[in-house]
Amino acid sequence: MDVLPLLSITIFLPLLGAIAISSSWGSLNDAQANNARWVALWTSLVTLGMSLILLWYYKPATSDFQFEDKFHWMPVLNVSYHVGLDGISLPFVLLSTLLIPICIVASWSSIKKRVPEYMIAFLVLETMLLGMFSALDFILFYFFFEGVLIPMFLIIGIWGGDNRMYAAYKFFLYTLLGSVLMLLAIIYIYFEVGGSDIPLALTTPFDPKVQIWLWLAFFASFAVKIPMWPFHTWLPDAHVEAPTAGSVILAGILLKMGGYGFIRLSIPMFPEASSTFTPLMFTLSVIAIIYTSLVALAQKDMKKLIAYSSVAHMGFVTLGIFSVDPQGLQGAVMQMVSHGLISAALFLCVGVVYDRIHSREIADYGGLVHRMPRYAVVFMVFILASVGLPGTSGFVGEFLVLLGTYKVNTWASTLASLGMVLGAAYALWLYRRVIFGIMINPKLKTVLDLNWREAVVFTPLVAGTLILGIYPMPLLTMMEASVANVIDQFHIVLDPEDGLIDQAKSLQMALHLKRN
Amino acid sequence: MNILAFCVVFLPLISFFFAGIIGEKLGDRFSQWVTCSFMGLSMIFAVFLFFKMGFQRETLLIFLFNWIHVEFLEVSWGLQIDSLSLVMMGVVTCVSFTVHVYSIGYMRGDPGIPRFMSYLSLFTFFMLVLVTAPNLLQMFFGWEGVGLCSYLLIGYWYDREAANAAAIKAFLVNRMGDIGFVLGILTVFIIFGTVDFGAIFEFVEEHQNDTFVFLSMPFHSLTLITILLFIGAMGKSAQIGLHTWLPDAMEGPTPVSALIHAATMVTAGVFMVVRMSPLLEYAPLAREFITMVGAATALMAATIACVQNDIKRIIAYSTCSQLGYMFMAVGLSGYSASMFHLTTHAFFKALLFLGAGSVIHAMSDEQNIQKMGGIWKFIPVTYIIMWIGSLALAGIPFFAGFYSKDIILEINWVSQLSIGKVAFVFGLAAAILTAFYSWRLILLTFHGKSRADEAVMSHIHESPLVMLFPLFVLAIGSIFSGYLLYDLFVGEKSLFWGPAIFVLPKDNVLHAAHHVNGWIHWSPTLAASLGMALAYILYHFMKTWPERLSTYFKRVYVFLLKKWYFDEVYDRLFVNPSLKLGKLLWEEGDKEIIDGLGPNGFASLSLAGGRLLCALQTGYVYHYAFAMIIGLVLMISWYYWLY
Repeated sequence: MDVLPLLSITIFLPLLGAIAISSSWGSLNDAQANNARWVALWTSLVTLGMSLILLWYYKPATSDFQFEDKFHWMPVLNVSYHVGLDGISLPFVLLSTLLIPICIVASWSSIKKRVPEYMIAFLVLETMLLGMFSALDFILFYFFFEGVLIPMFLIIGIWGGDNRMYAAYKFFLYTLLGSVLMLLAIIYIYFEVGGSDIPLALTTPFDPKVQIWLWLAFFASFAVKIPMWPFHTWLPDAHVEAPTAGSVILAGILLKMGGYGFIRLSIPMFPEASSTFTPLMFTLSVIAIIYTSLVALAQKDMKKLIAYSSVAHMGFVTLGIFSVDPQGLQGAVMQMVSHGLISAALFLCVGVVYDRIHSREIADYGGLVHRMPRYAVVFMVFILASVGLPGTSGFVGEFLVLLGTYKVNTWASTLASLGMVLGAAYALWLYRRVIFGIMINPKLKTVLDLNWREAVVFTPLVAGTLILGIYPMPLLTMMEASVANVIDQFHIVLDPEDGLIDQAKSLQMALHLKRN
Repeated sequence: MNILAFCVVFLPLISFFFAGIIGEKLGDRFSQWVTCSFMGLSMIFAVFLFFKMGFQRETLLIFLFNWIHVEFLEVSWGLQIDSLSLVMMGVVTCVSFTVHVYSIGYMRGDPGIPRFMSYLSLFTFFMLVLVTAPNLLQMFFGWEGVGLCSYLLIGYWYDREAANAAAIKAFLVNRMGDIGFVLGILTVFIIFGTVDFGAIFEFVEEHQNDTFVFLSMPFHSLTLITILLFIGAMGKSAQIGLHTWLPDAMEGPTPVSALIHAATMVTAGVFMVVRMSPLLEYAPLAREFITMVGAATALMAATIACVQNDIKRIIAYSTCSQLGYMFMAVGLSGYSASMFHLTTHAFFKALLFLGAGSVIHAMSDEQNIQKMGGIWKFIPVTYIIMWIGSLALAGIPFFAGFYSKDIILEINWVSQLSIGKVAFVFGLAAAILTAFYSWRLILLTFHGKSRADEAVMSHIHESPLVMLFPLFVLAIGSIFSGYLLYDLFVGEKSLFWGPAIFVLPKDNVLHAAHHVNGWIHWSPTLAASLGMALAYILYHFMKTWPERLSTYFKRVYVFLLKKWYFDEVYDRLFVNPSLKLGKLLWEEGDKEIIDGLGPNGFASLSLAGGRLLCALQTGYVYHYAFAMIIGLVLMISWYYWLY
């Protein structure tokens, strides 16, 4: 494995597939469309295989970056192509490579126009995502971070719903605005550090006064991406208009870019600023959880409801990240991965019925269980996972985040736990209105249950949600060392002056030793 | 032994998969057979295990595999078998098996039998996981699992609006309690650094004076933990304030009410609090709180039960009230008495529910007792069953409830805690009411003239044997379990509970309870007879009196009939405001303020700015010339102003 640049191959493989498909660009031919589908599927499956090889060779014991590839890109500017993985980025790489083939299969028959272009967009998107999660150079990172926007903008703008233009522009401009501020910060860091290498920047101490501004600039970008309240209003619009697979990627991976950014860059690079802004982050997170859960209760559109629930779930993520505690941070990553599976599956669930009667209005449904019992079971699994029932991955993340936060701030944790009730309220109410009751809408009388292709799409998601809920250890061990490293970087700078937390910690350590 | 314990817990899960996945294809018979036989096996193993291990006073820990392991948080899947969990395993599997068999008859003709049977099995699995959990988090897993099954089974008839509403209500009210449970677990971890029962209990003494700052206020940590956990128990065990879901849960099929909402799931809260006995012993304040809540619930639920007309709701409120008794005992350190009442209650309450189901079955799904009457001749077996259940419930001597209720009231009387005497009065009052509503139910249902219509009366029939057989089993339990288990569970010299229950020597109420005055000992019986007599007077001899009483004390009557207005108040305080707030935040907050000032505001601002600039480009030369002159004037004046 020292011979082959495995990671780089994984990143650029989808792009290769996209180039292969581009020969049928603009073609309206059915056979060509089918070709494009198959090429895209195989490319993404091989990429998934590659990422599994990465997983196989990955050594969880160390927090160092692995599978590093580095060569000069723009030597004059001291900018290099530098990629690598650690325990924080690997889960997201795996999540991306898992969701892309699912998206391709899910859009197999629902996308009928401009199929080759659609597939190209998805494959390019995959390269951008993988690159973004493994980039170890700021310029490269920014390139991929922004690059993600373009295929996504096209996916919403071309294959979206009726009001797609508004949503696409809102999505694009909103996130771009945040990213521009990040670019300014990156330029500053570039001159300060004398290069754009991320590992180098991570170990460079910044002046606390400057940190505040740099932190805010990164915050502008990540808070919009994740999204935090009150920068979340682009999300419901984008979701509602995006095609099903677009929503899946948007909720499943794109939102995680913000959380990933906070963990990878904000916390270790700007520890003083992060700790200064912790109260703000806690407040915004708690508001997000309660506010958006209440708003979700009032929704009449299924996709909007799930979009708002995503904001609430991401509130747990930011809460966990800024607790800067092993449980909280690992919980945040866990929550992101789990939300990646659950929200993706929920949007697919909406897609299934949307394909059948072309409505997202909750009121148009009801009594689906009579015609679609298997669908009802699958939907139930993900509703419960979204509620955070123990035994599903949703619980593990939520619990760890609450635990991590509780150590630092009991108020934040207690208020956030209200989300447990509100989350159950909107989720179960949605389920009741869609699945249970008497079938009234005559259009529903002829709908068919899940076909085999849809069953194939849901199987890995159901399995993932349950396995991570019952045995999350592989994921937790994967990130353990890297998360510990981030926390160490944070605490080394901040000197453990907070006596209270450390007392508790040493007590725990003593107990721990005593018991073993 | 490991394999046996393993089988007890996992056989129901396997039968869930069988019935749930291939039951639809292989038919109703198959699902019924597979679930009943697996449940039967599980019950046999559980009983065997009880006799094999129950008297050894040892704790058997079986490790399965890691669950969550982050830094110092180490949680594993496993089984903890001690006398407490053995008793619960016995109760759960016995009741569950009888209910499984009963369902074959009761659910006949229902289109979703495989689904129903698989839910029942899944519920049993989660309940067994709950009672054998070696740590708080796994207990929470079982806790939420049974909550889920309760939700699924209440809403089993998913076409019914009321069933769906009740299902969601049950889940949400329980979730309110779960906030307490989760915060309790978090606090336990902060204080003890672990969530394993064994490790927690080992270090209780060292932490007995710890304080913990919760919501900016310092608390005695053990008191805080136990109260938070108890809030969780209040949800699950339907204690006052969080009880509103239980009566509504009666929308589910009757076997479900018997299994989940009478015998097993609702007692999970009691079980959990008993499990935490080592912590409670060092938190007397929390125990007083628990006793208070228990006593209030016992009385409140009993008063409501006296005026309700739905046969199942009456029994549901009775369950609520009996759970209150159990908590009363827990709060006064009578853990074993609480477990004793839990066990006997499981038998006679399941019996009452299944008997009520038999009545409903006979009356073509009629549940209103005002529309019954005079049917005892037609369904004599059910009639006798209901008598046995009521006798046991009311605490008439030598029936099961007599022993357990008696010991609880004695504990109330002798307790050191000042709240004990209050609890005793409440308990006694509730005992009178218990007997009253029980015989009100019997008299209105079985005696007098029939108030049902012709069609119903012509159909009336005794239930089939498959439904009666479980009733016999439970009836035997309701008659003998009290007598047989008395010495074992709460006997003066009994060492049965071993390390599973911890009582400080100064709190040992059991000893004192055995030496109370004669009149205390017989007071529950007296109360029961009084209530029974009252019911006979009002509903047998003076049949016009209930009517007159209800008009005379109209306010009280309506207050009780409306169930103390809990639902109405909650709707006003929580449900409607949440929905309104959600709408407001969406339409005003998101659309108007955030979007209006944020993206859309920005967009319209740039648009307006653009238009303004556009408007300047008129194309008329004199406009431009005018602008130039103005500009020139401004520049010159600026120049002069500067210098």
